[in-house]
Amino acid sequence: MAQIEIKNVAKRFGTYQALHDINLTIQDQEFMVLLGASGCGKTTLLRIIAGLETATTGEVWIGGRRVDDLAPKDRGIAMVFQNYAVFPHLTVFENIGFGLRMQKLPNDEVKDRVERTAELMHIEQLLKRYSGELSGGQRQRVAVARALAMEPDVILMDEPLSNLDALLRMEMRAELKGVLAASNTTAIYVTHDQVEAMSMADRISVMHQGEIVQAASPIEVYRNPAAEFVAGFIGNPPMNFLPAAPAGDGKWSVAGQVVDGPSSGKPLKFAIRPEDMRPADTGLTATAKVVEPLGAHLLITCEVQGSMFRAVLDSDMSVKPGDQLTLAPQPDRMRWFDPDTTLAVA
Amino acid sequence: MTAVTTDAVATDTRRAGRWVYGSAVVLLCAWVIVPLYFLLINTLSAPETVNSFPKPFIPEFDLGSLTFFANFAGMLTALKNSILVAGLTMIMSIVIGAPAGYALSRFDFHGKELFRLLILLTRAFPLPLLALPLAVMFIQTGLDDTVFGLALVHTTLAIPFSVLITFALFSGIPLELEEAAWTLGCTRLTAFSKVVLPLILPGITASAIFAFVISWNEVFAAAVLTIENRTLTAFLLQNLDTSPLHLKFAGGFILVVPALIFIFAVRKYLFAMWGIASR
Repeated sequence: MAQIEIKNVAKRFGTYQALHDINLTIQDQEFMVLLGASGCGKTTLLRIIAGLETATTGEVWIGGRRVDDLAPKDRGIAMVFQNYAVFPHLTVFENIGFGLRMQKLPNDEVKDRVERTAELMHIEQLLKRYSGELSGGQRQRVAVARALAMEPDVILMDEPLSNLDALLRMEMRAELKGVLAASNTTAIYVTHDQVEAMSMADRISVMHQGEIVQAASPIEVYRNPAAEFVAGFIGNPPMNFLPAAPAGDGKWSVAGQVVDGPSSGKPLKFAIRPEDMRPADTGLTATAKVVEPLGAHLLITCEVQGSMFRAVLDSDMSVKPGDQLTLAPQPDRMRWFDPDTTLAVA
Repeated sequence: MTAVTTDAVATDTRRAGRWVYGSAVVLLCAWVIVPLYFLLINTLSAPETVNSFPKPFIPEFDLGSLTFFANFAGMLTALKNSILVAGLTMIMSIVIGAPAGYALSRFDFHGKELFRLLILLTRAFPLPLLALPLAVMFIQTGLDDTVFGLALVHTTLAIPFSVLITFALFSGIPLELEEAAWTLGCTRLTAFSKVVLPLILPGITASAIFAFVISWNEVFAAAVLTIENRTLTAFLLQNLDTSPLHLKFAGGFILVVPALIFIFAVRKYLFAMWGIASR
C-alpha cells in the first residue's frame, strides 16, 4: 500500500518560487501524470517526492509515513531518469541488480529477479553488455528494468521517453503502461507531452507556473478543463476562445449568434474544441484562411469576427481558402471561462 | 589566363606553407628529442667514451656509467628519498585534492569562484620567496631535513593541479548517475565508492602520477630544506661541480626517464585539465 500525500509543499530557489503550496493525493497503484510546459515545476515536485530535493515548506507522506527527513533510499521509491543514468562501468545485469546487491540479497535471488525483469522488458539477450554498447531505447529499457527489479512501492519517472524517436516512443508508451499496470506499483510520471499523458494516465495533474491547475482523469481534463490554461494546453489543436456578451437570462451572444450558457452578469469567454463544430444552416460565420487535409480530418484555420478559430471537419468536405462556412457548436460541448479569474464557469 | 596564374601562385603559396609547417615540426621535435638522445647515448656509454671526443652517435650499450652512478656514495639513498617524497606527495595531494575537486564540481557555495582562483594563486609566488621562511619554520618545528616535511611542501605545489584535474573529472560524471545510485539504496558515501570512484579511477591515477612527477622534478625546495636526506635532484645539484661528466649524464637520465614515461601515460588527462577535449 503506497498512497502518496503531498501537503502544502512549496519550493523556493533563491528568490524564484518554483512551487506554490501544492496539495495532491495519489491513490495506491494509481498512474499519475504530472503534465506541464518546461519550467512549470513538475520535475521539482517529482524530485521532492524522491528526496533528491528538499521542499522549502510542506510535507510528503508515502504509505502513511512522513518521508521529508528520509534519504531517497529509505523512501521505498525507484526512479527512472530522463537521461537513463545507466551506470557505464557495469554490465546490464549488474545495472539491473544494483539495487538488489545494495539490499544484500543472496546471489541466486538477485539472478532470479534480474532475469525476470529483463525478460519483462525484453532485454534478456543484452545482460552481458555495457551501456556504451546499447541504443537509446535499450538503455531506457535497462533503466526501467532497474527500477522495477527493486519492486518499489512507488516508481517515479522523469520524462523517460523524451529522448527516444517518435516511433519508439509510441511503442514504449504502450509497453510501459502494460508493465506498470501489471506491477501493482503507484507511479508518478512527469512529461510535457500531452499525448503521452492522455494515453497513459489514470489521472493527470496539469501544472502551470508552480501550481496544479487541475488534477482529474484524462477525459475530464480534456472535456471539462478547469481553467483557460488547461483548455489552451491540452488538445491538438487546442480549444477555440471567443468573447461572449450577455444577452439576458442564460443567453449569450457569441460572434453574432445567440446560444444558451450559464447565468452570469458579466461578460465571459466562450470556448469550444475544434472537432465539436458541425457545418449547419445557422451558426457562426467563418471565413476559411488555411485548409490542411490531415487524412482522416480536415483542419481549417478560419476567422470569426476578427478572431482566429480552428475547426476539424470530415475530410469529405471540400473547402477552399476564402470560402464562407456556417459552423454550429455542439450545445453539450460548449464551455465558459471567466476572463478575470480564467477559471471555468458552469 | 589570369585564372591560371592565380592558380599557379596559390599552388606555390600552399607548397611554401607546407614546407614551413614541415620544417617547424621537424625543428620543434629536434629541439626536444636531440638533447634527450644525447643524454641516452652518453648514459649508455662507458665512462671513457663519455669523456672523449668526438662522441659516437650510436649508444654502445655499456652499463659502466650507470654502474658508476649506482655505486656513487649516497646516490641510492638520494634515489630512495626521491621516491619516498614523491610517493608521499602523490598520496597527500590526492587525499586532500580530490575532495576539494568533488566539492567544486558538485556543491554551490559562497566564494566558489574565489576559491578556484586562490588555488591557482598558490602557484603565483616564486618558491625561493617561500622556501626561506619555510626553512626557518621547519627548523623550529623539527620538520627540516625530513622526507615528510619536504613532501608537505611538494604537496602544496601539486595540489592546484590535483584539484583542477579531479574537478574536471567529477564534472564529467553526470549527477544523475549519483542520484540514481541514491534511489537504489546508496548513501552519499556508497554511491561515491560504487559509482563515481570506478569511473574516475583512471583519472585519479593520472592526477596522482602528475603529482609524483612534480615532486620528482622539484629541486629548489629540496635543496633548501634538506641536508642529510637529499632527494636525487638536490643531491645531483650539490655534486654538480665535483662529479664527473658520466655521473651527470647518468643522473640526468635517471631523473628524466620516469617523468617522461609518466607524463606520456597521462597526457590525455592533462589535456582535459586545460579544457582541450581529450582524444
